[in-house]
Amino acid sequence: MTTLSEAASKALLAPHGVPFLEERICADVDAAVNAGSDLGYPVVAKLNGDAIAHKTERGLVRLGLGDADALGRAAGELLEAATPEDGEVTVLVAPMVSSNREFICGVSTDPQFGKTVLLGVGGILAEAIADVSIRLAPITDRDAHSMIDELRTSDLLGEFRGSPAVDRDALVRLLVGLSSVVEAEPQIAAIDLNPVLIVDGQPVAVDALVETTNVAETAS
Amino acid sequence: MSTHSTAHFNALFNPRGIVVAGASTHPGKFGFVSLHNILASGYAGKVFATNRDGSEVLGVQCATAIDDLPEGEIDLVFVCTPASTNIELLRQCGRKGIKAAFLTSAGYAEAGEEGIAAQAELVAVADELGILLAGPNGQGVVSTPANLCAQIVAPFPPAGRIGVASQSGNFVSSFLNWSRQTGVGISRAVSAGNAASVTVPDFLDYYATDQETAVGLAYVEGIADGRDFYERMRAITPSMPLVVVKGGATAGGARAAASHTGSLASDDRVFDGAMRQAGVIRSLTVEEGFEAAASFATQPLPKGNRVVVVTTAGGWGVVTADAIHSSELELVTLPDDLLAAIDEKLPPRWSRNNPVDMAGGETRDTIPEVMEIIANHESVDAIVYLGLGIQSNQARMLREGRFYPDHGLERIVEFHERQDRRYATAAADISEATGKPILTATELGTADPNNPGPAAVRETGRLCYGSANRAVTALEQMWRYQRYMSG
Repeated sequence: MTTLSEAASKALLAPHGVPFLEERICADVDAAVNAGSDLGYPVVAKLNGDAIAHKTERGLVRLGLGDADALGRAAGELLEAATPEDGEVTVLVAPMVSSNREFICGVSTDPQFGKTVLLGVGGILAEAIADVSIRLAPITDRDAHSMIDELRTSDLLGEFRGSPAVDRDALVRLLVGLSSVVEAEPQIAAIDLNPVLIVDGQPVAVDALVETTNVAETAS
Repeated sequence: MSTHSTAHFNALFNPRGIVVAGASTHPGKFGFVSLHNILASGYAGKVFATNRDGSEVLGVQCATAIDDLPEGEIDLVFVCTPASTNIELLRQCGRKGIKAAFLTSAGYAEAGEEGIAAQAELVAVADELGILLAGPNGQGVVSTPANLCAQIVAPFPPAGRIGVASQSGNFVSSFLNWSRQTGVGISRAVSAGNAASVTVPDFLDYYATDQETAVGLAYVEGIADGRDFYERMRAITPSMPLVVVKGGATAGGARAAASHTGSLASDDRVFDGAMRQAGVIRSLTVEEGFEAAASFATQPLPKGNRVVVVTTAGGWGVVTADAIHSSELELVTLPDDLLAAIDEKLPPRWSRNNPVDMAGGETRDTIPEVMEIIANHESVDAIVYLGLGIQSNQARMLREGRFYPDHGLERIVEFHERQDRRYATAAADISEATGKPILTATELGTADPNNPGPAAVRETGRLCYGSANRAVTALEQMWRYQRYMSG
């Protein structure tokens, strides 16, 4: 199993309709600071590389960077924190968005049923709450709608604490998009979009991790 | 040549004649019990039997070999002989033109390496001979249209429209016991045993084309190819509702996974999602599975999810409303014209709300009249009716007390019992006339099955639900299927 970098994962998924924020891949601190002034502060900076799967656990995500100084300092630290095992690394700079609703979406491979698409309530309690719905890929729009209906806490999709209701069709497009990615790219074994935030009613994936079966190794 | 054609399944479920191979004179042996159950349940075709010494069993003169039986009269062999003799037995059956074999014999794939090889040979020989092979290691087959009870266990259920297929023989018995208790009948039932050749999905495929069967009820565990099972179920649900109870739901839940998605996608959740996607109703318990199947078999499907609760007492209605609120059903707000129509029939103390609580304001004809008004309203898709049997419950006490039949008790007892029977019949008649489900729920169905209310529900062929919650669950499952079919 091989993991793709966050940037490569997003590049693979975006053409299939998975919504991401506009973000920049920066080779060094200067490029990062330029990206920050382009995108407007505050921003998020993350270390990006093929072998980096659990960024949060390693402290490789810096949130709420309010100005060029903060961003420059964070980008420098991130690049220094890279280890030789991480391989080639860059810094991803993205606008900082906030949301009071988090979902998790993804794909995994079941030994009996094959590729499955998942929608769940996200956040730090996601695994404890385990409010998820699953369908076998490929899924239709109708399957995606029924996945949304099946969530126990589907009230989260309505107007919520002053935020507008979730654009259901956009969430359907995201789920069907995940299904179409694995149809088109059978080497994909798993996809993690965690979290998918709801910003002004629109779902947006702020992180992505794609795992592939190692075709190159099998072939050689 | 395919051994799974409709003609082969007909030979299993509607045979012209049967032979029990390995008939025994010992009343404790399968070879006795199966012959007994066939003879005792009114099977009208010819019944033959074989055993080693050619003795007589239950009045049937046994032959010592299938070869000695007449030609062209037997479609099904029910096998109780040891595994080691069964290949030769099948070859003799092939020569007789027998098209289906049900094997109770053990010693096959459930019994290690040698058994696996023996089972493979059995399948190969059956295929070569063109014989449908059910089992081995199964408990039997039931087919009420043929009065056929070819099984080594009880019971023989009443006739009806539920088709049972199970990976576990004892689950067949469980479902059939529920059938006997509730009166909601069975069309076919079969235990797939080791499912060496014919699997649970194969039986369900046959049920989907079977005129006698309206709904499939299956028990499965340890599915080898989940994707295939999903595809098979999805192909069946457009022509027949399917209820599946699955064992081993919580096994292997945790899986090492790099992704959060992977760790959330436990085996059971994947199975659950796959069944929803296939339009299958998954039930977690035997009784819930049976009640869902019984509902599909005896009630019209709801066109929508708007429910009215009709009750003769407040508390029951409140609890039922709670159950509806936590389901995908809607406790519909009564429209003004419906309120006004009910006002005509009840004194002003009725709830004027849903649940429709008559609050004891009903007279002789009120319950059927109110039920009919509600069922006929366009904004109502289904009714849950509570309170049946109360009058007969008091009647029983009056009848059993020392004052009966004096003081006018004989007359009032008769009135109460007649009323409850009338309510039960009205619920079924109005449901049929309007094409809307009306589910009658009372614990008296189990607490006092002879109460004329629940007894009359059974006579209509419908299920008397043991509680309002169980009725709501069944109704929700029917609604899910309807939504799947129309979506």
